[in-house]
Amino acid sequence: MHPWIGAGSQDRQDLLHELGLETIDQLFARLPESVCIDRLDLPPAQDETSLRRAFFDLGLNTTTAARKPSFLGAGVYNHIRPAAVDAVLSRAEFFTSYTPYQPEISQGTLQALFEFQTLMTRLTGMKVSNASLYDGATALVEAVLFAFRVLRLKRPRVVIADTVHPIYRSVLETYADPTGLEIVTVPAGPDGRLDIEALEAAITDNTCCVAVQSPNFLGVVEDLTVVAQAAHRVGALAVHVVTEALSMALLKAGGHFDFDVVCGEAQSFGVAPGYGGPHLGFFTCKEKTIRQMPGRLCGETLDSEGNRAFCLTLSTREQHIRRAKATSNICTNQGMMALAATVWLEAIGGAGLRRLAEDNLSRAHELARRLVDEDTGWRLAFPDSPFFNEFLIQGPIGGAETARKAAEAGILAGIPVARWSTKWPDGLLVAVTEHNSSADLDALIEVLAHTTHHQSATRPNTP
Amino acid sequence: MSIPQDLLYTKSHEWVRVEGDSVVIGITHYAQDQLGEVVFVELPAVGDAVEAGEEMGTLESVKAVSEILAPLSGEVIEANEALEDSPDLVNKSPFDEGWLVKIKGSVEGMDLLDPQSYATLLEAEQH
Repeated sequence: MHPWIGAGSQDRQDLLHELGLETIDQLFARLPESVCIDRLDLPPAQDETSLRRAFFDLGLNTTTAARKPSFLGAGVYNHIRPAAVDAVLSRAEFFTSYTPYQPEISQGTLQALFEFQTLMTRLTGMKVSNASLYDGATALVEAVLFAFRVLRLKRPRVVIADTVHPIYRSVLETYADPTGLEIVTVPAGPDGRLDIEALEAAITDNTCCVAVQSPNFLGVVEDLTVVAQAAHRVGALAVHVVTEALSMALLKAGGHFDFDVVCGEAQSFGVAPGYGGPHLGFFTCKEKTIRQMPGRLCGETLDSEGNRAFCLTLSTREQHIRRAKATSNICTNQGMMALAATVWLEAIGGAGLRRLAEDNLSRAHELARRLVDEDTGWRLAFPDSPFFNEFLIQGPIGGAETARKAAEAGILAGIPVARWSTKWPDGLLVAVTEHNSSADLDALIEVLAHTTHHQSATRPNTP
Repeated sequence: MSIPQDLLYTKSHEWVRVEGDSVVIGITHYAQDQLGEVVFVELPAVGDAVEAGEEMGTLESVKAVSEILAPLSGEVIEANEALEDSPDLVNKSPFDEGWLVKIKGSVEGMDLLDPQSYATLLEAEQH
């Protein structure tokens, strides 16, 4: 068979013969009937121009955060993307060699990854960073597996706050079962914050890892000061998960509170909020555990002439060298998106990043204040808990219905949490970024107030 | 290649020194020479049970990571903490300061080589 031209009919026959089968259907006989389709009912083939028009028309029916005021968050945030990001990304030198398999020849890519690592350690307060992972959910999983390895695979218990992103927790569940991990979930208190007493009670000497997210899935900023202590008391590792990376420009990350891992999602840094990704996982840890860290790691060195150069380092831990005995199955990184984050962070700069975070904070707090002050009928689910740029609200009708009505009025009002959270099933999670103008805030308040007034008008009056 | 006469050896190039009811384990001069500059040593923890022939730790050199196999079954009673900061002791002094672990257990019935047989093995490997 040709290495890159697809198999022809004779090739297929040969392959089937080799497998001892006669038809393709026999090959797929194991698939349950319920997931099989007889045939795809596709329209006849079209020429390129017609096809482009058809898809363009289809696109016009799609609402995007770029076209409408959007308050969607819950792990994916709509931040500015300076044109410099795509301009640098699309340079052929980066684009065609985005992941360094023959690394040292791609000095530019390695330098960008080295800078990415430097930036992430400065933001998280940790000592070392890898060159990125796929996304925040797998970063959390890698952190848990990392803790399990550091404690020599002897402590299977994982204590995790239920305010860690539900999708992240569900990915963790997928890995936990075959790995033999036991996941214990600690519920949040009525203020949406981690119940520290419940957390401490859940941590046993069989625990390898304690994972919390802050700001958490409900937008609430957790008190990180005591979490690492609670974990370290029994020798377990503390993991701080971050889904809104911009928060680290204002709020101290786990590195400042003796956490062993700070990891999560850095999509906020220059990666467009696309449905299905790509996203950008990051992973930072202490230096003493560097050899258990998953993924690629860029190092600085000198070349044969004594010039500064970059290399992939500690590759001996990795799958392409150690095969089945590798530290982790991750043997690549999210190179393009790490480059995007690097360009983004360097374009915005340290002071700019802080101003951007302050801007998010003040807009979000302005919206929260106005929702309460302007008698919209909506209230904050956790009025006394601190938040960054996202918060949960509750009103006269459920979050899902509100989001639908707001969409009809041309506003993406937020994420209804009903499908994940049973404790606050009617809540609507609202995120505010620098993209949300005062006019956007006005429009959202109007829509929310309208749902309330509409609701009270249809309700019979009670004395 | 130096092969001390007071030690026993494994086919995977570990050495064993019997000290009463326990044994000290390291890797041979030949093994460290093959590995190259050792940059990290991962040892079992004191109190761990190790199984003869099974992996009990790793040696990382600039070239590769290789497993340290336990020459006998028993309980780890001491690990060479000096290797944490100075892994190069394995290269500089493989039979002395570069020792790895001390295990409580007996070499009786274990598949170990005397210095002469080990020398023969090395000769065969080098050809």
